[in-house]
Amino acid sequence: MSYQSFEQVLQKCHTEEKEFWRVILEDDMAERNVSEEDSMEHMRVTWDAMLLAAATYEGNLNSSSGLVGGDGRRMEEYIHSAVTESLCGEYVDTCIAGALQMGESNACMKRIVAAPTAGACGVLPAVLVPYFQKRCKDTDKILKAMYVAAGIGQIIATRSSISGAAGGCQAEIGSASSMAAGALTYLQGGNCEQIATAAAMAMKNLLGLVCDPVAGLVEVPCVKRNVIGTVNAMSCADMAMAGITSRIPPDQVMDAMKEVGDKMDTSLRETALGGLARTEEGMKIAEKMHSSHKNC
Amino acid sequence: MNLFDILGPVMVGPSSSHTAGAVRIGYISEKLLQDHVRKAEILLHGSFATTGIGHGTDKALIAGLLGMHPDDIRIPASFDLAKKVGMEFTFSTVTLKDAHPNTAVLRLSGEHGRKIEVQAASIGGGRILIAKLDGIEVNFTAEKPTLIVHNVDQPGHVAQVTSMLAERNVNIATLQLYRDKRGGYAVMVIETDQEVPQDSVEWLEQLNGIIKVTYINVED
Repeated sequence: MSYQSFEQVLQKCHTEEKEFWRVILEDDMAERNVSEEDSMEHMRVTWDAMLLAAATYEGNLNSSSGLVGGDGRRMEEYIHSAVTESLCGEYVDTCIAGALQMGESNACMKRIVAAPTAGACGVLPAVLVPYFQKRCKDTDKILKAMYVAAGIGQIIATRSSISGAAGGCQAEIGSASSMAAGALTYLQGGNCEQIATAAAMAMKNLLGLVCDPVAGLVEVPCVKRNVIGTVNAMSCADMAMAGITSRIPPDQVMDAMKEVGDKMDTSLRETALGGLARTEEGMKIAEKMHSSHKNC
Repeated sequence: MNLFDILGPVMVGPSSSHTAGAVRIGYISEKLLQDHVRKAEILLHGSFATTGIGHGTDKALIAGLLGMHPDDIRIPASFDLAKKVGMEFTFSTVTLKDAHPNTAVLRLSGEHGRKIEVQAASIGGGRILIAKLDGIEVNFTAEKPTLIVHNVDQPGHVAQVTSMLAERNVNIATLQLYRDKRGGYAVMVIETDQEVPQDSVEWLEQLNGIIKVTYINVED
């Protein structure tokens, strides 16, 4: 990507009177030397893969470790049970179910779209698929929102990191949430500044999130962290649309994420040596997995 | 990172490094063998050894050896598919010196008797790096057309290969030279911007002092 910052992208939006998504699209065309049609077609294929992954969730599947599976089904049953009136309401609950389902599909070796990583693959589809199905049946608009999301992810990757091993979970779920917040803000009619603001607020809220996977697997707590990434993205998009701004500029927020990641102990960066992975139960699970593999 | 490194790859889960990258390691290794894999002895190092099984790294490597891409939904069933086509494989763990944490060593033999040993690392986001070929250190990603020439370490072979490429209008992107010892066994790894014509590869193969030529172009 030729942009190093939100500031540069926003400047381009203003000087050439272009929308955020178009600036990112044109950058992709220049970088990969492809036409607008080719780039758009690639995005359409990516969106189709996301839709297909969401539609083919299997609620009876468990991961090979047995740690995750079925929660996306439970959440969906809860939405339709009407025994208790849910706090978040049907729309938000549908997004929560989508995040759980995609995270579980990933853990169960089904086909997903890494966005920006496989561990965080639930966030973007969890906000986009229900939006497409219940609010805006316009594929082109969704594709443009995906350019917004990808642009935000590229800026984060350039300034900081999208790898849990490098920056902890804030770099994975934090980045996914930031991308999703920007995409939602665009879909809701927000301008370039509001998009950047939503992305900044989403990352701020997840700063410091550690990567502490039990037994080193992309399962616990990864699947449920996709839910916080999703709900956080929605609330930040709404705040941005309400005219709330970030006191710390977006680029400085992403720089802070890098600083926090650099300072994070390696035991909290995907090594399974700290946090939830080192709880009594976490270690018990890891030990059990280890011995069962020795036996086969 | 380009845009579709951020939104993508489309892949079978759960991990881009432990699953998608592992499929690609298998896939590229099979291309380097230039034969259908009959036997595979696979050694897992570092994080591949400790958390590989839970991430399906083993199934992913075998899927790649069967010619599958990282988004192939048959990856979880690769062991059964390997059995069906008569591919034998074993897994064990190993501790390598100075290797990337996500590294696998694949000792392969093919249907037509070809053999190769590949050491490769999954370096994140599904991308890989080939670190050793038949014990000799190399360093390439297989993302560009790549020509690998094994030759006797004597004067003239680099000139033969580079002038052939110039004649065919193929631009060299990178050129790396490696050898085990002076006058011994040498390897040239050349990444190119254009495809290398098949007849040029065949011409190289029959030259005196050239032991083996491998050409792969897997961009699709």
